[in-house]
Amino acid sequence: MALSATTRPDRTPPAKKRDDTRLALLFIAPALIGFLVFMVWPTLRGIYLSFTKFNLLTPPEFNGLDNYVRMVQDPVFWNSMRVTVYYVFVNIVLQTVIALVIAVLMQRLTRRTWLRGAVLTPYLVSNVVAAMVFLWILDYQLGIGNTLIAALGMDRIPFLSSDAWVIPTIAAINVWRHVGYTALLIFAGLQTIPETMYEAGRMDGASEPRMFRSITVPLLRPVLALVLIITVVGSFQVFDTVAIATRGGPVDSSRVLQYYIYDVAFGRFQFGYASAMSVALLLVLVIITFVQYRVTRADSSDLN
Amino acid sequence: MAIDTAPPVTTAGPTPPARTVDPPEPRRFGIGRAFAWAFMVLVIAGSLFPFYWMLRTALSSNNALYAGSDSLLPVQPSWGGFERVFGLQSGQEAIDAGGAGQPIDFWRYLFNSVVVSTLVTVGQVFFSAMAAYAFARLEWKHREKWFAFFLGGLMIPAIFTLLPNFVLIKQLGLVDTLLGIALPSMLMTPFAVFFLRQFFLGISKEVEEAALIDGASKVRVFFRLILPMSTAPIATLAILTYISVWNEYFWALMVSYTDKSRVLTVALGVFKSQTPQTGPDWAGLMAATLVAALPMLLLFMVFAKRIVNSIGFSGIK
Repeated sequence: MALSATTRPDRTPPAKKRDDTRLALLFIAPALIGFLVFMVWPTLRGIYLSFTKFNLLTPPEFNGLDNYVRMVQDPVFWNSMRVTVYYVFVNIVLQTVIALVIAVLMQRLTRRTWLRGAVLTPYLVSNVVAAMVFLWILDYQLGIGNTLIAALGMDRIPFLSSDAWVIPTIAAINVWRHVGYTALLIFAGLQTIPETMYEAGRMDGASEPRMFRSITVPLLRPVLALVLIITVVGSFQVFDTVAIATRGGPVDSSRVLQYYIYDVAFGRFQFGYASAMSVALLLVLVIITFVQYRVTRADSSDLN
Repeated sequence: MAIDTAPPVTTAGPTPPARTVDPPEPRRFGIGRAFAWAFMVLVIAGSLFPFYWMLRTALSSNNALYAGSDSLLPVQPSWGGFERVFGLQSGQEAIDAGGAGQPIDFWRYLFNSVVVSTLVTVGQVFFSAMAAYAFARLEWKHREKWFAFFLGGLMIPAIFTLLPNFVLIKQLGLVDTLLGIALPSMLMTPFAVFFLRQFFLGISKEVEEAALIDGASKVRVFFRLILPMSTAPIATLAILTYISVWNEYFWALMVSYTDKSRVLTVALGVFKSQTPQTGPDWAGLMAATLVAALPMLLLFMVFAKRIVNSIGFSGIK
């Protein structure tokens, strides 16, 4: 470091005027511009556009609540909402249960980095990559998944081409990519539970399942609550996997909300209506976050 | 802007994670432990098998895949898939091998992905660090109010701003450019500012005061003292940012229309839609998929420990 700590008597120490306003403005200027231009302004604009008719080529025309009226009456919108909620449900239940088991087992078996690295690997690739590889693995005729199923003497499953299987399959593909990340978050939460609790439990002769129920679960609750809020909000925004693997099909059975919004905006250039549906999604997310926060009491811990 | 809003929740600090010495692991043998290990082995196999399968398929001859769908090794090993991905096969040759025959050059997309990810990572981390320093160490009016305002940004789901941001990028004339893809996340994310501020707050003030008394300006303190002392959290943040930008699909899909600005994720989708609908070129598709995934897998190999340990809770909002 080029700064020496020797004092130079000829220089008076800086006076007590501790106001760096000008410098601070300079320092936050790029971030502030980014924040205002690409976060605050688009948020307000998105809400404004939802009250307009806008095709991107001519200026937006204010049309009041038309988009919202249309939305409420649009069966495709409601179908998308239903499909999305179904997806989120399957995705979150599967992911949380598996992640919890992985985290607890890592805690009890071994804490080696390589193990955590192995389960995290799928998280390193994009949703697009995940969708591509499972499109191939689950291919009806040639996929190794269906080859295996046929070899076991069962009927081949049209994973991504039947309306009954498509959403659970997409949910499972995304579980594959995200479960390691979620498990490591929960694992980090487990590390905050003092080992002495388990020692005490063991002294009292408690079995592992008993300790899981009476020590791990209650003490992990705030962490689980946060994990759930993060993963549910993320899950509602599903798009990539659907766009690559099914394009919303068969028919509309995997047309999740975000894919429908994209379709309306870029397929039909109805940016006003697309914005209205985005606002609806935003509202749903805000409400869900709020409810989850209250129900799970994410802000309080039982550790004290 | 990533589809997973989960911010890279991160443990900061130049010191390694708190627990370097694990408590002794219980070494009892029992049916429970055997089941537990069996489950873990299954999880690991499930996590890693698809990667092997990409490689196995990419190295097979596409036309042989139909007969050899149950072979665990490459069927009629061939570089054909990779040759099609990098545009090394002539159109007719590619069609004969089961490909689409359209010229495609993944080097271009690889280059685009590197440019976008680098622009965003360097810009975002640097500008967020500057802002974080202002929020952590400079004295100015309404500092806390501004910071709360910034944090409010965490509440906005990334996906909500995509449409209006696209409109803005279009008005700026940046559609179908790499800068257009990078710009919205190049200047900051609330999480990066929050994360770095947390770390800067933890740096001892005394060193800083000494430098100030010595006549150094605050700008100099930031560049010569704060930044060098924060290389660990900055590196962690940079790696996580790079990965999430590299994997971004939705936003890039909106902005890019031609090869000029297609990044790997988008190109992969296009490549997939070009492949013959009946009898897709799986060897070529898996080669492309592997090429798109490989850079991040290599990055992971190099920084595995840092990435794995960065996932925790001490930095959560």
